[in-house]
Amino acid sequence: MTYSKPQLFFLTALRLFAGWHFLFEGFIKFLTPGWTAQGYLLSAQGPFAPFFQWLGSDALIGISDTLTAVALSAVGLTLILGIWEKAGAFIGIAMLAFFYLAHPSWPGIPAAGPSEGNYFIVNKNLVELAALGVLAWFPTGHLLGLGVFFNPQNQVQHG
Amino acid sequence: MDKHHAAQGASKGRRKALKGLIGLPFIGGIAAGAYAEVRKKQQEKDQILRELNIEAERPDIASDMSGDPVRIGIVGNGGRGQHLVRVLGFATPAWVQAMQEQGNTGALEAYQSQENLNVKLTGVCDVFEVNAELAQSASPDCKRYRHYEELVNSPDIDAVVIATPDHWHAPVAIAALQAGKHVYVEKPMTHKIAETYALREAARSSKAVFQVGHQHRQTQSFITAQDIIRKRILGHVSLVQANTNRNSDNGAWQYHIHEKASPQTIDWDLFLGNAPRIPFNKEHFFRWRKWWAYGSGLSGDLMTHDYDRVNCILDMGMPRFVTASGGIYTHRDGRDVPDVFQAVMEYPDFTTGSSREAGLEKGMTFVYSATLGNQHWRETLLMGHDGTLELGNQLRVHADPNSTRYQHLIESGVMDPSVPIYAYDPASGNADGVTSATSKYFAQKGLLWTYRGGKRVDSAMLHLREWLGAIRNGTPVSCGIDEGFEEAMSAHMAGLSWKLGRRMEWDAATEQMIAQPGEDLDAVLLSPGRAIAGMMG
Repeated sequence: MTYSKPQLFFLTALRLFAGWHFLFEGFIKFLTPGWTAQGYLLSAQGPFAPFFQWLGSDALIGISDTLTAVALSAVGLTLILGIWEKAGAFIGIAMLAFFYLAHPSWPGIPAAGPSEGNYFIVNKNLVELAALGVLAWFPTGHLLGLGVFFNPQNQVQHG
Repeated sequence: MDKHHAAQGASKGRRKALKGLIGLPFIGGIAAGAYAEVRKKQQEKDQILRELNIEAERPDIASDMSGDPVRIGIVGNGGRGQHLVRVLGFATPAWVQAMQEQGNTGALEAYQSQENLNVKLTGVCDVFEVNAELAQSASPDCKRYRHYEELVNSPDIDAVVIATPDHWHAPVAIAALQAGKHVYVEKPMTHKIAETYALREAARSSKAVFQVGHQHRQTQSFITAQDIIRKRILGHVSLVQANTNRNSDNGAWQYHIHEKASPQTIDWDLFLGNAPRIPFNKEHFFRWRKWWAYGSGLSGDLMTHDYDRVNCILDMGMPRFVTASGGIYTHRDGRDVPDVFQAVMEYPDFTTGSSREAGLEKGMTFVYSATLGNQHWRETLLMGHDGTLELGNQLRVHADPNSTRYQHLIESGVMDPSVPIYAYDPASGNADGVTSATSKYFAQKGLLWTYRGGKRVDSAMLHLREWLGAIRNGTPVSCGIDEGFEEAMSAHMAGLSWKLGRRMEWDAATEQMIAQPGEDLDAVLLSPGRAIAGMMG
């Protein structure tokens, strides 16, 4: 796939920014002693609330916490490094779908917590989810990222 | 390969490397940023916790329950009595069946996993046949005594649990202590002023162990709150507010009247005891809390909980002045105790310590406010110059924006007065300095802290266990005769203030309530009406 310079610039910027966001969230969770998603999961709203409360139950919360931190970091790494970015984007889409459905910004459903903005159905989770879809189908890692080293068109010609 | 091609190849290689490794610096930046962020928060939290230095746990008092079983008699096996007997290990088959039918497996599991306190239930005295038989159904060793005098003097009884209506607390407790029996008596400790002195005398002159049933003294958060006061986290506490809000029939003491109740199944004369003689009356028997003749209304029934909750933390003792107001505003059903009630207790000489110049701060007011016509939750608050404590099963401390003690921490941004600087939940066993807005939000909803690891334990069981430990091993009790005296007398002052419409005063030197010449305060306290012209109830 070939891009114009502005296309490549903004697609790469989008990839790096989304990766930055995921990786920072993952690192923070790893580094914060006693961090847990239990409050977020137990306070889930909407039709899928029982499922998320199950994920937040005492029996499962350890696994839920570890998976969250690992997956956030893994998605962040693939996007920032520019390798396996399609797989990373898909995992990221699945996670954002979870975050969205646990506290959907639907009319009549209370917000998860204090918010800096106002949302009607579409919130930032949903916007980032769509952005990851764009990144999955408009990859840039083979042009700017570790993918460069695995891109046959990009091999240095030895005379 | 000529020089030109070689240079071109090297340049391409460098460009490829640059393009390929574009993400690496970002990873370093993110890692450094995350580390710095977490470290900063952790340092702030550590600084706050170091400054506060609150000890969340208390050392375990060894209480060996081995040896001969303590033989217990229950006097008054109604709703509360049955609960106490159950936490002692004697659930009735009827209760077990009811829990099974309701599918309440949690209650059954809690009962089955209860610690064995090594006691026998050997006696029951209840004026209602059904209640007496219930105790006997829970324990094969349980003998029914028709009169409490027989029970307390029986050689088969070592200790007596008293859960009668209020007007029988002191007479039964005094008789038991005089017979050398250990006593656990429900709150309020007494119903009248004179018997409060008599019971104190009986407890002081007896070697038996005496405990008043304020089970919240076992609550872990209250023990932690004691440390918060000791460490002067709140500074000088000038105002305490505690509240009761209920809005149900049960909450207004409209209890179920048993279908088997009749003059044949109830010893009516014994129930009345020192109360005015009236003909058999089922409502008075089952809903005795609604009349001063047997109960003590919001002041004795519910304010005593809050008074003792605060007294066990502050140890402020007797108030100097008490003023009360209220009326029968939500349940005009023939009762003579108020259902909306406010009491203000003044402690002009009390202080929890000061962070300001000497002599500036002294004195405290305790405000109790209650209604049986609305159940909106109101926090119990201890308000000091340096901070505010929200007191419940969980604790939260907010620094005051104008605190002297925390001024430097607030100015440097380490402490944010809008979020708790300390939050504690005994269920999780974790103490934490809460510094973020979302943590605050979840903490307020009670969602971050759930019961995990440890099982839930009934605090009345712990309170009885403490009493049994004192009987067996001579360890102290947390709500003995002095605490009970303060609880009962302050409640009587509040009840009297409501009835007389004037401020009651306590003379600390003589340990007496100040009465007008010729005034019989006990007679006023027990009378059905109020002495205020134009006020009903």
